[in-house]
Amino acid sequence: MASEPQGGLTEYIQHHLNHMTVNFSTDHFWFWNLRADSILVSFGLGVVFCLWFWLYARKATSGVPSKGQALVELAIEFVDTQVKDTFHGDRRTVTPLALSIFMWVFFMNAMDLLPVDLAGWLVQTFAGHEVAHHTYFRLVPTADINTTVGLSVAVLLIVIGHGIKAKGGFGFTKELMTAPFHAENPIAKIVLVIPNFLLNVVETLSKPVSLAMRLFGNMYGGELVFMLIAGLMVSWISFVPGVVFNTAWAIFHILIIALQAFIFMMLTIVYIATAREHH
Amino acid sequence: MEINMTFLGQMISFAILVWFTTKFIWPQLNGAIEERQKKVAEGLAAAERARAELKDADAKVATEIKQARLQSTEIIDRAQAQANAIIEKARVEATEEINRLKAQAQDEIASMAQRAREQLREQVGRLAVQGAEKIVQREIDPAAHKALLDQLAAEI
Repeated sequence: MASEPQGGLTEYIQHHLNHMTVNFSTDHFWFWNLRADSILVSFGLGVVFCLWFWLYARKATSGVPSKGQALVELAIEFVDTQVKDTFHGDRRTVTPLALSIFMWVFFMNAMDLLPVDLAGWLVQTFAGHEVAHHTYFRLVPTADINTTVGLSVAVLLIVIGHGIKAKGGFGFTKELMTAPFHAENPIAKIVLVIPNFLLNVVETLSKPVSLAMRLFGNMYGGELVFMLIAGLMVSWISFVPGVVFNTAWAIFHILIIALQAFIFMMLTIVYIATAREHH
Repeated sequence: MEINMTFLGQMISFAILVWFTTKFIWPQLNGAIEERQKKVAEGLAAAERARAELKDADAKVATEIKQARLQSTEIIDRAQAQANAIIEKARVEATEEINRLKAQAQDEIASMAQRAREQLREQVGRLAVQGAEKIVQREIDPAAHKALLDQLAAEI
C-alpha cells in the first residue's frame, strides 16, 4: 500500500506487522487478544494437511500405489526414517507427531512465499479502501511468536510426558534432583539437589524457548526482508532490482522454509529420545 | 512480541492436528507401506528360489541329455553288431547251402553217369551179341555159348 497518503517504508512495514486482533474481555487486557489471522491461517493449513493425507490414507493400498499416494508415502517415510534414526522405541505416536509438526510448520512457513500485499489487496478489492486501512491480516502464522511458542510448549509437554512415562513419576522427579551431578554419599546428594534442580529447570525451559525463537526469528526476519524488498518496487528506478532481489530471496527462502520445518521436527524427536533416556 | 490467547489457540490446533494424524493418517499409510515392504521382500525371496530351482532343473536336464546320448550310441553300436552278425550268419548259411547243393548235384551227376555207363555197356553188349549172332548164326549155339557171351559183355 505504497499509495497511502502518509507514505513511507516505515509506515508500510508497520502496517504489515499488525495482526488481525479480536479481544475477548471488557477491559481489553492484552492477554485476551486473539490473533485471528494466525489462528485462521494455521488452522486452515492444518485442515488442508489433514484432508490431503487422510484422502490417501483412507484408500491406501499395499499394492501398486497411485502417484498421489506415493507422494504422501514419500513424506511419511522421510519423517519415519528420521525418527527411526534418532528414537529407538515405539514409534506409533512419535512419527505421527513428527509428521504433523513437519507438514504443518512447512505449510505455515510456505505462506511466506505468497505476496506480502496479497491479503491487503484482496481486502481492498472486495471491501474497499476504507476497510483495508483498518484491516490487518498477516499470512504467515509462524512469524507470530504465539504460534511458535504454542507449538514448542506443546512439544515440551509431550517431552515431559514421555519422560514420566519412561521413568515413572517418581523416577522422573528423582532425576530432576540427582542429575546431571551425581554423588555417592547422602549428604552430598542433598547438597546437590538444588543445583541439579535449577540446572534441569533451565535445561527444560531452554528447549521450548530455543525451538520457538528459532522458528519465529527465521520467519519473522524473512517476512521483514520481503517487505523491505517490496518497498523497492515503489519507484520505477528500483523496480527491476526489486524484482531480482524478490526472486532471489524467495528462492533462498524455499530452503529456509523446509529447513526450519525439518529442524523443528528433528529437535522434537531428539528431545523425546533424550527424555526417554535414563541418566 | 506479545504472548496472548493466540498461544493457547495454537496449542489446541496443534493438539487436534496431532490427534488426527495419529488416529487417521499414520496407521493406515504406515500399514500399507509395511505390507508392501513385506510383499516386495516375499517377491524377491520367491524370485531367488525360482532362480535356484531353474539352476537345478538345468543341471538335471544336462545330465539326462548326456545319459540319453550315451544310451543312443550304445543302441546304435549294438544294432550294428547285430546286423553284422546276421549278415555273417547269412553268408555262412548261404555258403553251406551252396556246398550242399553242389555236392548233391555232383552225386546226381555221378549216379546218372554211372547209370548211363551201365545202360551203354548193356546196349553195347547186346549189340555185340547181336552182331556176333549175325556173324556166327549157325556156328554158335546161344545156349552153349551164353556163358562166354556174358563174360564178353561184362568185359566191354
